[in-house]
Amino acid sequence: MRYLPKSESERREMLEVCGAGSLEDLFSHLPADTKLNRALDIPNGKSEYEIVDYFREQADRNATGYPSFLGAGVYYHYRPVLVDTVVSRGEFLTSYTPYQAEIAQGTLTTIFEFQTMVCQLTGMEVANASMYDGSSAVPEAAMMAVRITGRDRILTSRTVHPEYREVLRTYAQHQGMPITEFGYDSESGALDLADLEAKLSGTLHNKVAAVIVQSPNFFGIVEDIKAAAALAHKHGALLVMVFTEAVSLGLLEPPRDADIVAGELQSFAITPSYGGPFAGIIATKEKFIRQIPGRLVGETKDSRGNRAFCLTLSTREQHIRREKATSNICTNQALIALMATVFMSVYGKEGLRELAEQNLAKAHYLADGIEKRFAGPFFNEFVVKCNGTGPDVVNEKLLAKKIIGGLPLGKFYPELKDCMLLCATEMNKRRHMDEVKSAF
Amino acid sequence: MILKTRPHLTQNEPLLFESSSPGKKGYQLPPLDVPAVDPKTVLGAEHVRDEIEGFPEVSEVETIRHFTRLSTWNYAIDLGLYPLGSCTMKYNPRVNELVARTEALAWAHPYQPESLSQGAMEIMAELERCLAEITGMDAVTLQPAAGAHGEMTGIMLIRSLLEKRGDARKKILIPDSAHGTNPATAHMCGYAVQNIPSNARGLVDVELLEKAMDETVAGLMITNPNTLGVFEENIVEITKIVHAKGGLVYMDGANMNALVGIARPGDFGVDVMHLNLHKTFSTPHGGGGPGSGAVAVKKHLEPFLPYPRMKREGDQWAFNYDLPESIGKVRAFYGNFGVLVRALAYIMAHGGDGLRRATMDAVLNANYIRKMLEPYYDLPYKAPSMHECVFSDDRQAKKGVRTGDIAKRLIDYGFHPYTVSFPLIVHGALMIEPTETEGKREIDLFVEALISIAEEVDEDPQLVLGAPYLTRTSRVDEVTAARKPIVRWRPQAAVGKAAD
Amino acid sequence: MYPENFRYTKEHEWVSVEGGVGTIGITHHAQGELGDIVYVDLPRAGTVVAQGKTLGSVESVKAVSDVYSPVSGEILEVNELLTNSPEKLNEDPHGAAWLVKLHLSAPDELLHLLSSADYQIYVGEKA
Repeated sequence: MRYLPKSESERREMLEVCGAGSLEDLFSHLPADTKLNRALDIPNGKSEYEIVDYFREQADRNATGYPSFLGAGVYYHYRPVLVDTVVSRGEFLTSYTPYQAEIAQGTLTTIFEFQTMVCQLTGMEVANASMYDGSSAVPEAAMMAVRITGRDRILTSRTVHPEYREVLRTYAQHQGMPITEFGYDSESGALDLADLEAKLSGTLHNKVAAVIVQSPNFFGIVEDIKAAAALAHKHGALLVMVFTEAVSLGLLEPPRDADIVAGELQSFAITPSYGGPFAGIIATKEKFIRQIPGRLVGETKDSRGNRAFCLTLSTREQHIRREKATSNICTNQALIALMATVFMSVYGKEGLRELAEQNLAKAHYLADGIEKRFAGPFFNEFVVKCNGTGPDVVNEKLLAKKIIGGLPLGKFYPELKDCMLLCATEMNKRRHMDEVKSAF
Repeated sequence: MILKTRPHLTQNEPLLFESSSPGKKGYQLPPLDVPAVDPKTVLGAEHVRDEIEGFPEVSEVETIRHFTRLSTWNYAIDLGLYPLGSCTMKYNPRVNELVARTEALAWAHPYQPESLSQGAMEIMAELERCLAEITGMDAVTLQPAAGAHGEMTGIMLIRSLLEKRGDARKKILIPDSAHGTNPATAHMCGYAVQNIPSNARGLVDVELLEKAMDETVAGLMITNPNTLGVFEENIVEITKIVHAKGGLVYMDGANMNALVGIARPGDFGVDVMHLNLHKTFSTPHGGGGPGSGAVAVKKHLEPFLPYPRMKREGDQWAFNYDLPESIGKVRAFYGNFGVLVRALAYIMAHGGDGLRRATMDAVLNANYIRKMLEPYYDLPYKAPSMHECVFSDDRQAKKGVRTGDIAKRLIDYGFHPYTVSFPLIVHGALMIEPTETEGKREIDLFVEALISIAEEVDEDPQLVLGAPYLTRTSRVDEVTAARKPIVRWRPQAAVGKAAD
Repeated sequence: MYPENFRYTKEHEWVSVEGGVGTIGITHHAQGELGDIVYVDLPRAGTVVAQGKTLGSVESVKAVSDVYSPVSGEILEVNELLTNSPEKLNEDPHGAAWLVKLHLSAPDELLHLLSSADYQIYVGEKA
């Protein structure tokens, strides 16, 4: 076995030291009724070549080379070559959580930079070292709001990503954290602020810990965060802003009025990878720092007076506070967060803006001439009507041309069963967009 | 004597923000092939931001040097033994990285048509099959993103089954040697936690368990081998005690590297468990993540698994969302697919027999280290070791040197420290897990280093207390970091202002 | 080291009473066990606490320790000094770094607490 670096004679020498006659002897103390007395039913070990070949074969059964207009929480953006160059370095790839600060300054410094860039992007004051993904960051933000406010109800917009809301429901079901949803305006596709106000002042009066909204929302519409925050604050609730398309933050006003931002950085050089691994974030105001879940890196000095970084405020976490911890999260998405950090460094201040502007232009070109379902301002996604035929027929027409169309919305929004969600990024070429337009 | 290392120069490097200069660029976008639009016109001026204050402005050359320089400040498996107990820091095969980047896998969109996702689905199905075989369980979900996430999924499954039987019950029993994630998880799932003290041998005290187990207990969360690296020899009896009172047994699979191919939790009475694919199945830890916390269950828990589940329709895979008893989704989409690809590649490289060989070598390494170090360090629990061994700093503490100090000195010898001060049932623990991917030479160097440090403690404890000396960063002031948290960079001018 | 006029608990808190108002802190022994204290979490004034129940917590870099109230009563004042200078708890635990002042609701509870001498024997600092 090529990953086992011992010769037979070395094994024998070591066994002798252990006073064991054979490797099996090391397990002789296991009760017989706990042992497996046959070989595992897994084929014999394969060579590197066979492994590469197997995965290539599987990949060939997946879509290859199809232009795609899917978004809905996972976006196609160009990945600068530097990203893989950096994350392939063994010192980043094969290190563990930086508990031993003296020999982990590389990882700690990059996380400190990551936390800083997330703050700069979101207008928040502190950000953690990453969450599993955007969907699991949402319930963590809700739990944070419950701890801060001492209230237990959560009010979430129906325009938050449907799968994020499903995850929120799963997390909430045993925590005494009931969830209520409020609607969207059927003209604009944006938050129905009147419904929000009614719910906040109705039976949930003074009970809501957090109002959760997403911008751009699941329909691609840019929300009025200021107004939503004002309503939430008026009723003593916190505003949690969710984002799934991080590129939008290159152009959109950051959610300074929100209390907690929970988002997904997949757009920042993280491959779609059939849904993961991605990198979620939670950012918030300084005053809530002790309620933030997950790891945090802080700046300090070493004993010689040099700048140094270390994990800090660890007493919030499970390995110290156990059942009283802010969350049970341990492993996070450090390497994926590093991809996002390299991406943000490569694009930088001007690049991220230009990238966002290109996305805006591409999506507006694509939308021009197709019947949009909603009138609100959109970033790089929008809902279109597939009059008469329905979205499946449109997608089939496109598939015949080797193009993957949009996401049919009926599964998540029965009232939008005739609609699909289309996305265009800097990766979509004009000629393919013209093909899509002609399919309607 | 320090045999493994000799100092070399490392480069200093400021933060990216400090090497930024207005207008510097590391990117170029292709020209737009569609008309540009004015953001303020289409979005409304109130929705358009000013420039991102403080965001980096650096060139490509500076960027690559920045991250390369930082990388040299890290220790890593690629540099040597990384004996963190409970973390299973084994070699991360590079072919796994290559196959995970196969274009049609890495660029697969989770919402692309199932007919164009058959390869990805087949990979997940094959991994589920392998993991069920390895654990002796009936069904596997790959959705959880990490170990603690798997724990949460598993305890929710238990809760759902009990609710269906009519009573979710009140509490979860957890041995005092457990990982902190266990009690934190039980709490998140609405259960109170009751600790079960270990007996003198470091094992679950069966009598105390029997006393604690009643109809208010939903289940037991047990780690086997436990965090002392000791196999719970009464595990069959333990699972029977829990089952007799209608409870379920959850196994934390963090230490599965001691069992693969040797024993299967499904065969010794476990109802549900998670696997850390980033431990046992070699996917890279990447400085703290990503991981994957696949959960394996017995038949009776299968209906409650997170949706969607894969099913066979003719010769095609399809997702089934019609699972009325499911606990719901624990994350969006289907799991950390990229991690799953790597784990399957690892399993394929070993095969059934190779996996068993790996387990045996891991246990051999731990027992060898234990034997070699026993004359120098106190071994508080003498039960046979599996994949890790746990010493205490009892002898060294008499000289004022604690496990954390020995760990820092080990850094000067060229090794990453062991896990410090865990499990909590050992006062001043040194928890050592070498894994199977270390050769005899590296292990001998490690043993010699720890023996040498034990001698230093006897002769000159101050030397050990001041370590490390040879790293570019000396002992870090964690107290100041916690008292006055600075968790983001700010421009000098702003820092000055805040101080005024 | 341990003032004669204080009363102590086995959980390492102290209380001193003057005119129906108790001042509560943690002992010198407790701060020594915790090491460098980095954060102190205290209740708001007006909170009513019961003897033996959690009053707040004290944190070092790698440990959290609950503080239990030695007596029952209503919190009158919280020591603001500790918000920005938790290190004072290491320097002067029996003086400037008191935690809270409260209005005793059951002064009889004091009878069940340890004297200075008994506490010192309890922590093994005196034979």
